[in-house]
Amino acid sequence: MFTQQELPACKPILTPPWVITAFVSVGIIFIPIGLASLFASEHVVEIIDRYDKDCVPSNYTNNALAYIQSTQTNKTCTRHLIIPERMKSPIYVYYQLENFYQNHRRYIKNRNDYQLRSRAYEFDVDDCDPEAKTERGPIVPCGLIAWSLFNDTYRFSLQNEVIQVSKQDIVWKSDQNHKFGSNVYPKNFQSSGLIGGARLNQSIPLSKQVDLIVWMRTAALPTFRKLYGKIEVELEANQNLTVLIQNNYNTYSFAGKKKLVLSTTSWIGGKNDFLGIAYLAVGGLCLFVAISFVLLYLLKPRPLEDPSYLSWNINPAGLSN
Amino acid sequence: MPGGRRRRIHFSKLYSFLCLRSSFTAEHSQIGKKGYSRVVYCNDSDNPEAVQRSYRGNYVSTTKYTAVNFIPKSLFEQFRRVANLYFLVVACVSFSPLAPYSAFSVLAPLMVVIGATMAKEAVEDWRRRKQDVEANNRRAKVYDNKSGIFVETKWKKLHVGDLVKVYKDEFFPADLLLLSSSYEDGVCYVETTNLDGETNLKLKHSLEVTSSLRNENSFQKFKAVIKCEDPNEDLYSFVGTLYYNNGQELPLSLQQILLRDSKLRNTDYVYGVIVFTGHDTKVMQNATDPPSKRSKIERKMDKIVYILFSTLVSISFIGSFFFGIETKKDIHRGKYRRWYLLPDNTTVFYDPKRASLAAFLHFLTGLMLYGYLIPISLYVSIEIVKVLQSIFINQDQDMYYDVADRPARARTSNLNEELGQVDTILSDKTGTLTCNSMEFVKCSIAGTAYGRGMTEVEIALARRKGDTKPGIGDNFADLPGSTSDVMDSRSSIKGFNFRDERLMNGQWVNQPCPDVIQIFFCVLAICHTAIPDVNKESDEISYEAESPDEAAFVIAARELGFEFFERTQTSISLHELDYGSGKKVDRSYKLLHVLEFSSSRKRMSVIVRNMENQLLLLCKGADSVMFERLSEHGRLFEVETKNHIKKYAEAGLRTLVVAYRELGEEEYRGWEEEFLKTKTSVSESRDELVDAAADKIERDLILLGATAVEDKLQKGVPECIEKLAQAQIDIWVLTGDKMETAINIGYACSLLREEMKQIVITLDSPDINALEKQGDKESVAKASSESVGKQIREGIAQIDSTKENSITFGLIIDGKSLAFALNKNLEKSFLDLATKCASVICCRSSPKQKALVTRLVKFGTGKTTLAIGDGANDVGMLQEADIGVGISGVEGMQAVMASDYAIAQFRFLERLLLVHGHWCYRRISMMICYFFYKNIAFGFTLFWFEAHTSFSGQAAYNDWYMSFYNVFFTSLPVIALGVFDQDVSARLCLKYPLLYQEGVQNILFSWPRILGWMFNGVISSMIIFFLTSNSTARQAFREDGQVVDFEVLGVIMYTCVVWTVNCQMALSINYFTWIQHFFIWGSIAFWYAFLVIYGSLPPTVSTTAYRVLVEACAPSGFYWLLTAIVVVSSLLPYFSYRAFQTRFRPMYHDIIQIRRSEGSETETSGGSPAPMKDKIYQLKKRLRDMES
Repeated sequence: MFTQQELPACKPILTPPWVITAFVSVGIIFIPIGLASLFASEHVVEIIDRYDKDCVPSNYTNNALAYIQSTQTNKTCTRHLIIPERMKSPIYVYYQLENFYQNHRRYIKNRNDYQLRSRAYEFDVDDCDPEAKTERGPIVPCGLIAWSLFNDTYRFSLQNEVIQVSKQDIVWKSDQNHKFGSNVYPKNFQSSGLIGGARLNQSIPLSKQVDLIVWMRTAALPTFRKLYGKIEVELEANQNLTVLIQNNYNTYSFAGKKKLVLSTTSWIGGKNDFLGIAYLAVGGLCLFVAISFVLLYLLKPRPLEDPSYLSWNINPAGLSN
Repeated sequence: MPGGRRRRIHFSKLYSFLCLRSSFTAEHSQIGKKGYSRVVYCNDSDNPEAVQRSYRGNYVSTTKYTAVNFIPKSLFEQFRRVANLYFLVVACVSFSPLAPYSAFSVLAPLMVVIGATMAKEAVEDWRRRKQDVEANNRRAKVYDNKSGIFVETKWKKLHVGDLVKVYKDEFFPADLLLLSSSYEDGVCYVETTNLDGETNLKLKHSLEVTSSLRNENSFQKFKAVIKCEDPNEDLYSFVGTLYYNNGQELPLSLQQILLRDSKLRNTDYVYGVIVFTGHDTKVMQNATDPPSKRSKIERKMDKIVYILFSTLVSISFIGSFFFGIETKKDIHRGKYRRWYLLPDNTTVFYDPKRASLAAFLHFLTGLMLYGYLIPISLYVSIEIVKVLQSIFINQDQDMYYDVADRPARARTSNLNEELGQVDTILSDKTGTLTCNSMEFVKCSIAGTAYGRGMTEVEIALARRKGDTKPGIGDNFADLPGSTSDVMDSRSSIKGFNFRDERLMNGQWVNQPCPDVIQIFFCVLAICHTAIPDVNKESDEISYEAESPDEAAFVIAARELGFEFFERTQTSISLHELDYGSGKKVDRSYKLLHVLEFSSSRKRMSVIVRNMENQLLLLCKGADSVMFERLSEHGRLFEVETKNHIKKYAEAGLRTLVVAYRELGEEEYRGWEEEFLKTKTSVSESRDELVDAAADKIERDLILLGATAVEDKLQKGVPECIEKLAQAQIDIWVLTGDKMETAINIGYACSLLREEMKQIVITLDSPDINALEKQGDKESVAKASSESVGKQIREGIAQIDSTKENSITFGLIIDGKSLAFALNKNLEKSFLDLATKCASVICCRSSPKQKALVTRLVKFGTGKTTLAIGDGANDVGMLQEADIGVGISGVEGMQAVMASDYAIAQFRFLERLLLVHGHWCYRRISMMICYFFYKNIAFGFTLFWFEAHTSFSGQAAYNDWYMSFYNVFFTSLPVIALGVFDQDVSARLCLKYPLLYQEGVQNILFSWPRILGWMFNGVISSMIIFFLTSNSTARQAFREDGQVVDFEVLGVIMYTCVVWTVNCQMALSINYFTWIQHFFIWGSIAFWYAFLVIYGSLPPTVSTTAYRVLVEACAPSGFYWLLTAIVVVSSLLPYFSYRAFQTRFRPMYHDIIQIRRSEGSETETSGGSPAPMKDKIYQLKKRLRDMES
């Protein structure tokens, strides 16, 4: 059977019933999923506040770069956010950067996993140039990613009552436990030359530096959000949330945007209408195709309905040509 | 002692051998000059001159590689493929920082791919080597000068100048000069089927001076020098001089040369001196290096690879252009733009100050990154698939010939898909279409037709008429329904298939003219050159004849009571039934003269004196020459006989007219004197004079009747040819046979049909012959060329004038005309004419001409040609054609060795082409299209992603995901497709031969289809990338607020790619066995398994894949939902297209599939045959339309 190539086989053919069944069933399955996703997405409350522009004092509006690079200027900035709907705890706090290429090839490779993981590899600074070492020794953590660590900070308060931002569980467990060593402490970090982003507390091991860990998990696309923390209280609708921002991070030189995002989640994650719409669209399209197929099927008869088209074997007339 | 008696026969007396006497010709003056410089010192290996010349030994090697050059040469072969070279360069460059991924991840797949291919080459070459070793180690007897005896040695140890002894039925180990044989006069019989395919025995004749060297001791003092031509490939000439006995100069010709690979027959032994050894022998010189053939699809595939390369270059260029711009902007008036990249302190690859250099380097990076557009594993996958396909061909039970225990053999696997695209078949005749055995089936004696056997042609005709009752056979046989009894008693005696109770078992005495019948069979029993061989134990007599026809006659005579049992030098003896007394008596006939058969005479006569002292001339010959030689009173049955001959010829039989005359004593004496005089004359025109003399006696004959011999077609040949014709494959027959035979066979195997008009191109016209007699070669050539040209033009005009009618034409051309038709100036018009004819038969064509015709068809039409043959004379043709198919029949293995496929019977060609060819073509073309699809779908996701990394050359995926893409996640289903997929079953392939046209017209591998698949790949990649990136752009994808980062996006996209391409495969295959299921779903499952395993390695190894599935993706419902929508939407375009196309513009295989699924496809698919032709025509037109 095998060598004669006559194994029992299923020989699927796109017969009209099959085609119609396939299209209709895709439609029937996808549309409810789409609706469910949309529904879930609707229940997510999301506040997005772009602050990079507004946090530049008016006298620096035309020279935001000078403002952000100066050590003299006051970087504090206050924002007021109105809660549109009741937000259940936990509320995730993200910062969103736009036009920031964390996925740039030079950038994304500019780290050393060995060094991050273990103190024994402290001197292993391959791939970290130019942020590899100083005169005093290797930089820990080395590389551009760590060097450019995001350093804006947010403080939330509701009617002058400070709301704590929890940094618990905002990193992947595997990162914390296996990629960043608990015996590796920052060294020579942001200590010389150009200062990139945030500094690190030298007494805290890397595995506890959650902001660094989040930052080091590079984003895929130039617009991305990263978890800043969690607010573990509920916010009621129309409450006025005050955010005290330390606007330190330079996105002005590359015309990037900085946004603060507060969001609840549902089973599909954050607010995501796209998926639901996609499901609805594909499901609808399938139904449409099914209908048009049926219509064509009914209106246009099959061109080769006559079985005698294939009855070659009766007549050897095929020879005479 | 019959053997001993035979040895005493002086054959030179039996035949007019004097014409074989060698004489110096013009060429002999060339000896010693350029091209004729070979000097052979016979039996003198220690001669310093001989040592100095040291011609190469008799070792023969046909392998492609040797142990030493295997590695470099096969590597070179590998890297001749552009894609492989590209990957090699990429692998080398990937050690530099330019590479977007790690070097080893590129190198590993390349090494796997190259290694697999080289292993395959090695195995194939090893097989060839084994065959060489077998030939090289055959045994031969060589004369040892020291001990003075013949000792056994291996073929490969023979040297030029060695004396060898070859026994009956042995092959000659090298090209030998015949010194002497077991016959006194130094003749021997040679079978040259391996060289030219002719089965009759050829007579070789030693020089008189050497023919006495028959004692082993006599060689002790034998020393001679041969000066002769250099090794060349001309089988039909030899120029040399023998210097012997102190300066005696003797001219040598082909008559004295025994060629390697021919066989000694009917002669107990011969002695010879080796002239050419090993690769210098004529047969090896003829064997050109097996050309490495590549299929059309593969050549087209190269073009696609070039397209992909240009795509690759252009998208790399686009990428580097934008990268340059972006990089340049990074430092603007001393200010950093993207400060986080530290643009002032960077390497050259990202340096804004040298942005154009950086852009150029990025271009190189891009070339590597998008290398995934070029499917690295394509070649190796195709090779693997082809090897597996070959195994299926080898294992096919339906192509296994159980009689000879021979399966089909795919000797190369390169051409499997080419089998599905054959447009023209060029076939040998003898041994290929026919069994090469003659059977006596019918005869017409005294105006009465005897013989009830049905020939293949009649059977075919009867079947075509739709019934078996009024077959042509019944015009001869009075009893209806005789077919069945013929069938069961068939071939009980080889060469005899005559059934007629009126003649058999002595019943002929009761027929109207028993005397005529008696003489008729006497002629058959006497007028021949066969030699009887009486088996002592059983008293059975077998015959060794020059041609199978002759054997058939003698056997027929024996079976009907005229048993030829003894031949002496001067007499022939028969056991004969005396119809007067009804007793069996022994009669002997005194043999006076044999007037030999020749192609110009087309007849043979013997003059005998019977026991009653009557002088008889017994004659048999072609009807064209015989009827004009009949006497007035000998034409008694002329009308009936002619009528019968016509019918026999229509039935595909070879006919001969049998006649006799009584000679007066006076007349004979007068003639004999004259004849002997001309025979011993030495004038140049001696041959013609002999012929003329013979002419004088062969007249006033009395007609006896005619014989009909069937060159039996192989089983199933007409059916097979009919099927192939239905598949619209043109069939040309190229044969060395004479025109009449070829035409007969043409009819027999339904290549020619009665309603066809024949266009015959021949140079056998009086004026050309007259010119030839004058001997002016140039004017002959000119006139011939003109004549052929004229005939071709006439033929074309004839076809054009009858275009409206549905008359089909058959072209028959003979070898001489072919030589001129193949000249540059006539070539085109000849091809033009030939392609307009439904069938073409080239007769009397030499091996070289066969190859030339093949080449002409191949290059002239640009279509795929398949040559099929069984003899060494077909080797050139087999190698020249796109595909060479060898019949592993009786004629040695030469053709098989030169072939790409070997089958045991012609009829297996049907299955080989229509089933395996079709499937393989379909599989390979599907496979290649799919390969490009999957790599484009994958490669373009990289591009879309790179565009979102400001074209920095960052890949979206982990290095190892990428390098495993072609090797593990997507390759096995493709291989399963390439090996197992079938659109329709074998039975349906054979039932609907027109399906084959899909391959001939290359519908499945047309540019629209290829580009369509590529486009589909781009669409898929866009859907995958944009759906995933948009739906995961910013927000959390899990309930715990985590967002999609680089690692997760890579996994999501990759998951979608793996699912999409594998499901695409599932959609496009037609044949799901557990194997397909296993590979397709297994590949997808393996991706997840890989992710789990790879992800559990330490993070320094797995980097971005560390626990990414287990921790991040799998718990997220969003991930699974996203996968589902992406996969479904990227499959939608293809699925919709197929759904609509199958329904509303079905291809031929779709129709058959639909019919099968509807169950209307049964063995007895009915319907009225009347409107068929019209619809068939429409369908054919549709097929053509699709192509254009």
